[in-house]
Amino acid sequence: MTPTTTLPDTPWQLHLDRPQNETVLLRLTGRWTRESRLPRAADVLNQTTANGQIARVGFDSARLEAWDSGFVIFLRAFIAETNRSLITCDLSGLPDGVRRLLALTAAVPERKDAGRQTKRPSVLARIGIATVATCRAGIDLLAFLGEAFKSMLRLFVGKARFQRSELFLILQEVGAQALPIVSLISFLVGVILAYVGAIQLRQFGAQVYVADLVGIAMTREMGAMMAAIIMAGRTGAAFAAQLGTMQVNEEIDALSTLGIPAMDFLVLPRMLALALMMPLLGVYADLLGVLGGAVVGIGMLDLGPFEYYHRTVEAIGLADFAAGIVKASVFGVLVAIAGCLRGMQCGRSSAAVGAAATSAVVTGIVFIIVSDAAMTVIFEKLGF
Amino acid sequence: MMPGVPAATRIEVRELDMVYGTRVIQRNLNFTVQRGDIFVIMGGSGCGKSTLLRHMIGLVEPARGDVFYDGESFWGAEQDERDRLLRRLGVLYQSGALWSSMTLAENVSLPLEEYTALSRAEIGEVVSLKLALVGLAGFEDFYPSEISGGMRKRAGLARAMALDPDILFFDEPSAGLDPISSRLLDDLIRELRDSLGSTIVMVTHELPSIFAIANNSVFLDAETKTMIAAGPPQVLLRDCPDPKVHRFLTRGEAEA
Repeated sequence: MTPTTTLPDTPWQLHLDRPQNETVLLRLTGRWTRESRLPRAADVLNQTTANGQIARVGFDSARLEAWDSGFVIFLRAFIAETNRSLITCDLSGLPDGVRRLLALTAAVPERKDAGRQTKRPSVLARIGIATVATCRAGIDLLAFLGEAFKSMLRLFVGKARFQRSELFLILQEVGAQALPIVSLISFLVGVILAYVGAIQLRQFGAQVYVADLVGIAMTREMGAMMAAIIMAGRTGAAFAAQLGTMQVNEEIDALSTLGIPAMDFLVLPRMLALALMMPLLGVYADLLGVLGGAVVGIGMLDLGPFEYYHRTVEAIGLADFAAGIVKASVFGVLVAIAGCLRGMQCGRSSAAVGAAATSAVVTGIVFIIVSDAAMTVIFEKLGF
Repeated sequence: MMPGVPAATRIEVRELDMVYGTRVIQRNLNFTVQRGDIFVIMGGSGCGKSTLLRHMIGLVEPARGDVFYDGESFWGAEQDERDRLLRRLGVLYQSGALWSSMTLAENVSLPLEEYTALSRAEIGEVVSLKLALVGLAGFEDFYPSEISGGMRKRAGLARAMALDPDILFFDEPSAGLDPISSRLLDDLIRELRDSLGSTIVMVTHELPSIFAIANNSVFLDAETKTMIAAGPPQVLLRDCPDPKVHRFLTRGEAEA
């Protein structure tokens, strides 16, 4: 009895022999590779047992032309099927390499407990998890702020350990190198403010107050805020990515084991640099914004240059400037905190670095807007 | 693919010069790797072993010379042809180089999804076979950051083998592994060579590995900037007249 199961166009062939009762020999010929569309293991076993119960399956691979991992996959499935049907599977007729590979796959038993829990928690559980996560994030933030504050104290008593050269490098990075983009954005913000103002003020014939509007808006609010948002995108993200990469490379661990607080060595210079540079960038943004307003005022509204200049000087008080500078300093510290916090919290993979950078920008902008609102209200109450 | 095929030249490196900018790393390298070889590129730190590997797997173009796979020129070929050749190579990078945003299963299945017409279920079967081969069955859903360094290396090997390559490259496979894991990895490499009939090229300076599994080698020297010895490591240890090679292979103990 030699039933043959082969489709005419397959490169593999399978012949079933029954040398003894209850034993079936599978004669494999042709190419048993991944490209050959191999049969399903269960189908083969069904065919094997079609002519009555069997107890043993053997293989003859003397005329097997080629095999690859597809064949090994088929065999693994076939062996699993025979085990399930309590049939002995005799592998001695298989090529040497195949037997070794099969032994290798069985060498380390599968970790059953390694699988993940895929069950979705209930709504209540999810609310709980989210609440706990939020609280934990809040605690982390407070802990970070506390550490940063302690680090600041160490700085004032002269005990903070960081490299001055590093500080100057960061100062240059967040200061001078940010000038082009800050120039462009604040100049255009000035232009936009002047346009929007001019449309309204023209109705009263009060175009000349465009200078007041642009001047006060830029110095009190927009200069500091636009500079801060640029820095959040530019520098906050860079800080998070730098510190995150250091976290991935275990550089931060290396600092800790040397007894150097990462807070002092990495976070402090970054906070200092932004706190020092942001007010300067804010003032610079104010000037560029006023310049942008002046271009519109002089070019479009037919105001004289001197007229515009005098109105601006008259409109802006010292308090406006001071308010802008205070805000800029606060924003600077907040952007640095957001960037460094996310960088230090970064996980140990490259995807985590990307997430840290994104999160640093989002956190930074949220901090800026929330603190701006708070400060505006406070200044208002103080009559500042 | 099938074992027992008579020896044939799989890889030939011919008159290869490696240069970074104006700095010469190595010049005039000539050697061949036969089918079924476990071929070791050895030499002291900084002599250009890994650089040579990067030249052989198409990451860096040589300043002069060429690499031939089965007689086909690699660097003389068109980009398409080169990509086709590359698909027959599997590379295990020094620290595994697993894509950290993907699970182990996704890491192994990416090459299969890109370059084969297999269905999702078939890919799943291949992935579980490859992970089982390296002793990581059941770790399909883990991320690289959640497993140990040795496991990451083995997962990297599973990924390197995803497309059933007939030539495997290893960059310092046992670096950072404990002696037992490193021995197990050596056994695994030899087992894969014996069962799949693959050709293996390894960069390493682990003497136990070199003597345990390599059957041919080339020794690069950082000072003369070329290869100063070639042949089976045991033979080099016994017969090589060059004191540098001898010192390397005896861990400098010969003179002590």
